[in-house]
Amino acid sequence: MTGKVITITSGKGGVGKTTTVANLAVALAADGKKVVCIDGDIGLRNLDVVMGLENRIVYDIVDIVEGRCKTRQAMIRDKRLPELFLIPAAQTRDKNAVSPSDMVRLCDELRPDVDWILIDSPAGIERGFRNAIAAADKVLIVTNPEMSAVRDADRVVGLLEAEEKNAPSLIVNRLNPSMVKRGDMLSVDDVYDLLRIDVIGIVPEDENVIVASNKGVPLTIEARSKAGLAFRNIARRLNGEQVPFLELESQGLWERLARLAGRK
Amino acid sequence: MSDSSLVQIKGLRDGLLVTLGDAAWMIAQEALINRIEQQPSFFQGARLALDVGNQVLKSAELSALRDSLSEKGITLWAILSNSPTTESTAQILGLATRIHKARPAEAPVAKSVDHDAALWIDRTLRSGVRIEHPGHVVVVGDVNPGAEVIAGGSVIIWGRLRGVVHAGAQGNREATVCALDMSPTQLRIAGEIAVAPARQGPPKPEVVHLKNGRLQAEPWNPG
Ligand SMILES: Nc1ncnc2c1ncn2[C@@H]1O[C@H](COP(=O)(O)OP(=O)(O)OP(=O)(O)O)[C@@H](O)[C@H]1O
Ligand SMILES: [Mg+2]
Repeated sequence: MTGKVITITSGKGGVGKTTTVANLAVALAADGKKVVCIDGDIGLRNLDVVMGLENRIVYDIVDIVEGRCKTRQAMIRDKRLPELFLIPAAQTRDKNAVSPSDMVRLCDELRPDVDWILIDSPAGIERGFRNAIAAADKVLIVTNPEMSAVRDADRVVGLLEAEEKNAPSLIVNRLNPSMVKRGDMLSVDDVYDLLRIDVIGIVPEDENVIVASNKGVPLTIEARSKAGLAFRNIARRLNGEQVPFLELESQGLWERLARLAGRK
Repeated sequence: MSDSSLVQIKGLRDGLLVTLGDAAWMIAQEALINRIEQQPSFFQGARLALDVGNQVLKSAELSALRDSLSEKGITLWAILSNSPTTESTAQILGLATRIHKARPAEAPVAKSVDHDAALWIDRTLRSGVRIEHPGHVVVVGDVNPGAEVIAGGSVIIWGRLRGVVHAGAQGNREATVCALDMSPTQLRIAGEIAVAPARQGPPKPEVVHLKNGRLQAEPWNPG
């Protein structure tokens, strides 16, 4: 195995990075793949809460980096999916406890034994962001259909281009089709028009997301939710499958998305 | 050659200014790192401005250096360079390229611009990037909202202009701005400012210049 490292980042905070990591991880692991999530948001960890694994944390990423434990000792196995693991962030340490080369070393150590390594990035473009992208084979940028989030996403795309990273892909999260239809929200087309990067997922606004993350049960496990289906589709696209975009209620949108997908 | 002739250090009000000699980049960089390793506590937590002289640096080289400095607890915030290529690389990476802000609008004397000194940028300028250049600037790509181009001469954008452009920034009133799709957040030539009205209909190439003290757009028909 040679694991692929996927970093989920955004620039702007609160757009759904952690939600995306948890759901993609579950979707990939449910497919029988071995997945390790790394919480790169040191000092503000919460991937463990969203995944419902908080009460099992003994060691964290800073313990690995500072040699207080072996990497596998800090890998928490998921309750339901035996091939899903989490390496939690440290709650109390300052951000500089981990460096970009620490992340590269950690991912190189994990790669031979896993299929996917998903890294949750903190908001912003500071040290934590640099750590999160250092080892990435592929970066997914999450944004909301909202101008300030798109601007920050654009900034992140620019930084990735400047660092000569592989071209990132985009996830538009919290899309509300009826608001788009009324002209009160940017459409996926509008967002694409500015960023001009490959769109790998469109996730609707869905209250089940909030319910699920409060319960610590990623939504992807529940078959019926639209957002869960959207996340599962992203996982399939990561695996190289061609999956059409969801029809998100409003007619016409689907056609535009199909066009958009053909454009890359 | 000893490290001390390759690396010169000066204290600034808010950090350190390090000047590297014109040795091959690998050697200059190694000399810097060696110097830091000799006195780690002196450098720990420092804000560093780096004068790289005539080195022509690519973004991979600059970002690798920034990362290795950051692992030693040093923040690289500015790159000073004689090479426009290195300057624009640094600006794209979000680093400053001068340590003292230029004095505001002192003596806006029209300077003639050296026509060979155009800066060529063949990528889209995205939010947060600020390109400054004393000569002309050519962008083959878009200028997105949140990006800025400040040029002593004219600015040509072979793409969509949706950010901010300031041409003739040192007072040259002959400077022009051209774009295939002219929808800037704000446009300035010399001391005059215009906010473009929302475009009607499909985009068309336009050129903007100063006429009777006002910015005016016309169809861009090169030649
Ligand atoms: N598709 C969605 N529908 C409804 N709510 C959502 C959706 N995606 C995310 N949320 C909610 O938005 C909030 C922020 O999400 P999340 O914590 O994943 O963002 P983040 O980008 O990781 O934030 P931070 O930058 O603080 O780390 C959460 O309460 C989450 O439940
Ligand atoms: Mg988060």
